[in-house]
Amino acid sequence: MAAVAEAADGARDMALMEICGTHTVSLFRSGVKSLMPPNVRLISGPGCPVCVTSCGYLDAACELAARKDVIVATYGDMVRVPGRAGSLESARGQGAAVEVIYSARDAVKLARENPSRNVVFLAVGFETTTPATAAAVLEAEAVALENFFILPGHKVLLPALEALLSAGDVPIDGFLCPGHVSVILGAAAYEPIVKKYRRPCVVVGFEPANMLEGIGLLVRQVAAGVAKVENAYGVAVSEGGNAAARRMIEQVFAPAATEWRAMGSIPASGLALRGPYSRFDARAKFGVEFGPDYEPPGCRCGEVIQGKLEPTKCALFAVKCSPTAPVGPCMVSSEGTCAAWYKYNLPRQGR
Amino acid sequence: MPQSPDSSDQRPADRVVLAHGGGGELTRRLLAERIIPKLANDLLAPLADSAVIDAPPGKLCMTTDAFVVQPLEFAGGDIGRLAVCGTVNDLVVMGAKPLALSLALVLEEGLGLDLLDRVMDSIAAAAAEAGVVIATGDTKVVERRGADGMTVTTAGIGSLPADMPPDATTIAAGDAVIVSGLLAEHGLAVMSARKGLGIRTTLASDVAPLGGLVEAMLASGGRVKFMRDPTRGGLAGLLADLSEQLARNIELDEQALPISPAARHASELLGLDPLTIANEGKVVAVVAASDAEKVLAACRAHPLGAAAAIVGRIGETSDWPLVELLTCAGGRRIVQRPYGEELPRIC
Repeated sequence: MAAVAEAADGARDMALMEICGTHTVSLFRSGVKSLMPPNVRLISGPGCPVCVTSCGYLDAACELAARKDVIVATYGDMVRVPGRAGSLESARGQGAAVEVIYSARDAVKLARENPSRNVVFLAVGFETTTPATAAAVLEAEAVALENFFILPGHKVLLPALEALLSAGDVPIDGFLCPGHVSVILGAAAYEPIVKKYRRPCVVVGFEPANMLEGIGLLVRQVAAGVAKVENAYGVAVSEGGNAAARRMIEQVFAPAATEWRAMGSIPASGLALRGPYSRFDARAKFGVEFGPDYEPPGCRCGEVIQGKLEPTKCALFAVKCSPTAPVGPCMVSSEGTCAAWYKYNLPRQGR
Repeated sequence: MPQSPDSSDQRPADRVVLAHGGGGELTRRLLAERIIPKLANDLLAPLADSAVIDAPPGKLCMTTDAFVVQPLEFAGGDIGRLAVCGTVNDLVVMGAKPLALSLALVLEEGLGLDLLDRVMDSIAAAAAEAGVVIATGDTKVVERRGADGMTVTTAGIGSLPADMPPDATTIAAGDAVIVSGLLAEHGLAVMSARKGLGIRTTLASDVAPLGGLVEAMLASGGRVKFMRDPTRGGLAGLLADLSEQLARNIELDEQALPISPAARHASELLGLDPLTIANEGKVVAVVAASDAEKVLAACRAHPLGAAAAIVGRIGETSDWPLVELLTCAGGRRIVQRPYGEELPRIC
């Protein structure tokens, strides 16, 4: 902690964005957020996989779940996000087959165990979960599974950061880069951000001491007016990342424009199945489409994930929107910014 | 080994069928061969419509709990042990001595009879360990429809001695919060036994009857003002409730929390907070500050309390009572009760 205070002493006010939802939660849970000097503000970015998923995607998932011949396999965080026609959880209550799984390969297993049904895996998440989806598709291809499909919703991190920076309406002085994603990408992946946008990037892990060390490095760079990539998570993240995992992603997926919740379509920020694997795309198989994105009335999750709005400034926060009755995804996901504020900070607001 | 009710290759004759619940010969045989002999005791023996129990002087405590768990068997226990210990513990943390339990089984058609046998053995063993008898019971069979194989409901009565049971109204600022051992082991053991989670841990459920431990803590002579077992909702849920009930702040010290490295890592992997994860063999006690070391020593001297620790203290009264955690990093954060099912995170 001393390092952060020392680095921040006499420095200008600064806003540092932690991109990753796991960081948002860890910063609160460890109390690190409560230790920040007054001139250092931590803001949350678009790194919670559930929160950046567009409503059109959610509605397509619910539409699939409503089919009698489909089992939807999904990571747990997705089931409670409400869309236009309710959530997957409410669909399950009405008899839809929605299975919570913990890895993409479980979806393949589910397909093999249920040959008379079609299993659709909700393929969401960043570079941390994409390799597992690619591996699952390759496995399904290898055993010629006819009843396994994915609903493609994976996101690529860097184009979203570039979109945020080039829009220019969010003051971001530096990035705390996500440990897990960086294991795949490698620390060098942030060089373009540093060069093009002159924002320092520091890769950090999730232990309190490591987060403090990383914030200290970031504050020091901002205070000194320099911008470079530093890696405070060297035990897990290498310069070049995991090339084998990236090759697997590239084998199965090609970059494509994709819709981000409230951020619109961002070029090359999503992943589409390449030709040889396109038969695994649930949209073609079942004739569903991603409708246009929208927000539930009053919901400002879109601004929250871009770091434009602190959760407590949303009129719905803790009034109409809470973890038990969430309106938007940021309140649903355990990684969501609003959920973290609600869980770790709300009662203090009431004082 | 954990086993789902319909995964083995048993013949139909080795499984529960609807007729086992029909009230005829099959019902008689199920009870006479597989259930009653395991529970044999004087209160149950007459097999009358009600058990007749001598009333002790003083007051009675009564509690009930329904148990559903998947899988039915997990490292460290099963649904039977859980059902006995859960109800026994709800009695003993009130300061009561358990007298008798009731046992209601709802069996799902298709349940393996070998699994039923193991659960009944486990119920008998846990009752013996807790020093309590199953005085009455009931068994029903339901159609196969996702009733998780079996559900178990136990009720219990216990006698409350006339002298000083724990009294939460005497709690004051500065009183110590003691936890009797390692946290989160039960919930994590059950979660890691669940199909599909894909994590392997050495963690076993802590499910155990707490009568002996609680007796030792009370016998230490220290002023124990409140006891409760941190089951569903974990330590976070328990303290959030207590803080609200007392209208007092409670301060926890993260460094003092007894959590094994295995539990810490498993929770991190799943993105769960160990404070919100269930325990089935732990007691949380609020003790007068000056007696805390005495009660802690008594706790640690008991085999179930070896890892006990003083984890926090009761604060001042407040209109907006909070449980706050002083973190290892030196920061502070609020501890709230979990709101429903905690979902393992995506990445």
